Amino acid sequence: MLPFLMRRLAMLVLTLLVASFVIYGALYLAPGSPIAALMGGRTPPPGVLAALEARYHLNDPFLVRYGLWLKDAVTGNLGESIPLHEPVTTLISQRIGVTAELVFLTSIIILVFGIALGILGGLRKGMIDNGVLLISTISAAMPSFAAAVVLQFLFGVKLGWLPVLGTGTGFVDSGKHLLLPALALAATSVALVTRVTRTSVIGELGREHVQTAISRGLPYSGVIRRHVLRNAAIPIATVSGLTIASLIALSAIVETAFGLNGVSAYLVTAALNKDFAVVQGISLVLVAAFVITNALIDVLYAFLDPRVQLGSRAQ
Amino acid sequence: MTTELLTQPSPTRRRRRKGMGRGFLGLGGTGFIGYVSAALILGAILLAILGPIIRPYDPNLINFSYANVGTITGHPLGFDGQGRDLLSRLMVGARTSVIGPMSVALLAVIVGSTVAIVTAWFGGWFDTVVSAVLDILFSFPGILLAVVAAAVFGPSLFSAVLALAIAYAPYVARVLRGAALRERAQAYVAAMEVQGFGAWRICAKHLLPNIASLIVAQGTILFGWAMVDIAAVSFLGLGVQAPTADWGVMISEGKIGLLQGYPLESFASALCIIVIVSAVSFLGERLNQRSQLGYR
Repeated sequence: MLPFLMRRLAMLVLTLLVASFVIYGALYLAPGSPIAALMGGRTPPPGVLAALEARYHLNDPFLVRYGLWLKDAVTGNLGESIPLHEPVTTLISQRIGVTAELVFLTSIIILVFGIALGILGGLRKGMIDNGVLLISTISAAMPSFAAAVVLQFLFGVKLGWLPVLGTGTGFVDSGKHLLLPALALAATSVALVTRVTRTSVIGELGREHVQTAISRGLPYSGVIRRHVLRNAAIPIATVSGLTIASLIALSAIVETAFGLNGVSAYLVTAALNKDFAVVQGISLVLVAAFVITNALIDVLYAFLDPRVQLGSRAQ
Repeated sequence: MTTELLTQPSPTRRRRRKGMGRGFLGLGGTGFIGYVSAALILGAILLAILGPIIRPYDPNLINFSYANVGTITGHPLGFDGQGRDLLSRLMVGARTSVIGPMSVALLAVIVGSTVAIVTAWFGGWFDTVVSAVLDILFSFPGILLAVVAAAVFGPSLFSAVLALAIAYAPYVARVLRGAALRERAQAYVAAMEVQGFGAWRICAKHLLPNIASLIVAQGTILFGWAMVDIAAVSFLGLGVQAPTADWGVMISEGKIGLLQGYPLESFASALCIIVIVSAVSFLGERLNQRSQLGYR
């Protein structure tokens, strides 16, 4: 187990390094000088120019600047937003809570509904299974932005049950504000988890040891719990993990659609305003969250399924 | 190498003699819904080409006195929040909404299959290194890359297409690498090598055509994903720019009307995307299943 964990950790660190390099390098290539952005088009006096260049390390070679940025980033300093004169970490920490809550709530919806519907469809052939397939087909075809407008119209405008814009204050109110965004974000993923769950439950039900257990008259619910669901859990865990990791980037869409003051929506605003330090900072945080989640899934997978050869390379 | 290698038949000729060999337009075995999907996709492509020519009205003609007016004679879908003819905007919007994802799929498939074939051909440490790099590139969600690209190059359809193509290419490469490796291991390849055929010729004339059906299937699946992602990026304001008519942009523009109780603009453009994406992903899945089955 330990060598596997070490190798996965090394891979994680390497991936994070490459990701940070790509993020920093891409924005380094962007046209336009930060000095011009900083001075708002005015020509700075020579002394100020030199001071600014020294402060932001503008005259150092690329690799040196990358190294400095990375060193700061590791110690929790992501630089300063040039237009706003605020540290990027402050801007992120004000907003990351909303994104985290959104992703958390969405994950719960995906897991509860996806797995429940999948098990239901897998165990009850006929009407119920067809209903589950129908629901999952419809929600699979719903991109989050389409789900967002439909939910906003239905529950916000027509029924007036839930707020459609803004973040809200307090626990209950912000929960209400997050419910529709979470449903919109969950739509496609619920369908995916439902399908995988249904397929793997049906697959496990057809296995010989399960059929034998049922035909010998062992209690049905016990067989389902002990033999079907436990084995079906492995692919379900994998696909759930992967979809939940992908929510981190997709949250930008629903946060923008519902006017939530989260970190992903702020990334979009920063990209439009060419606030490069913020774009770098948030991208780094989101990619790190994505990569670390994926690594955790791999480790979890190895724990869940002892048959997985820890030493083998994925083909 | 024994002499029996010299007599290994290539499956290429057999497959070529059969032609596509799979029904009308190569769609055999995809069922009735497969044909419906193909017809919808064809319709979307035609609309992308012809839409801006056959549209009944100027899609950008603003007339606020018609804002959010519903169906009237000559305007079957009514008007959007700025009094522009909705049907005309949907027809014109097909162009960017279809061509964007199509470019993403084409670029990603070209880059991905090239990488896959080259790595499968050379194998060894080269393959190991490239596969590791692909694994790392996998850590960039497409949408995130598109946002960064919009910051660097300015928001436009071009930067969105470029970013998504880069994000998808490793996926294509990974899927096709397996197929290319299996094909590379076949005896006829070794036979041709023994007979002195060049790597380029074997790859271009035999290996590539023999995994072509899988490439087409991957391209189709990718087209569906890219359509959702491009629309999402345009919805965020980082892709196609208003006032250009585009389905993704129209969903976002229609939200103002939607919150006032006029959902038609958002709903109609979302429905266009949903229908085309469903058709594309259905056909892609079927083609993929068939090419995996036909493989061997």
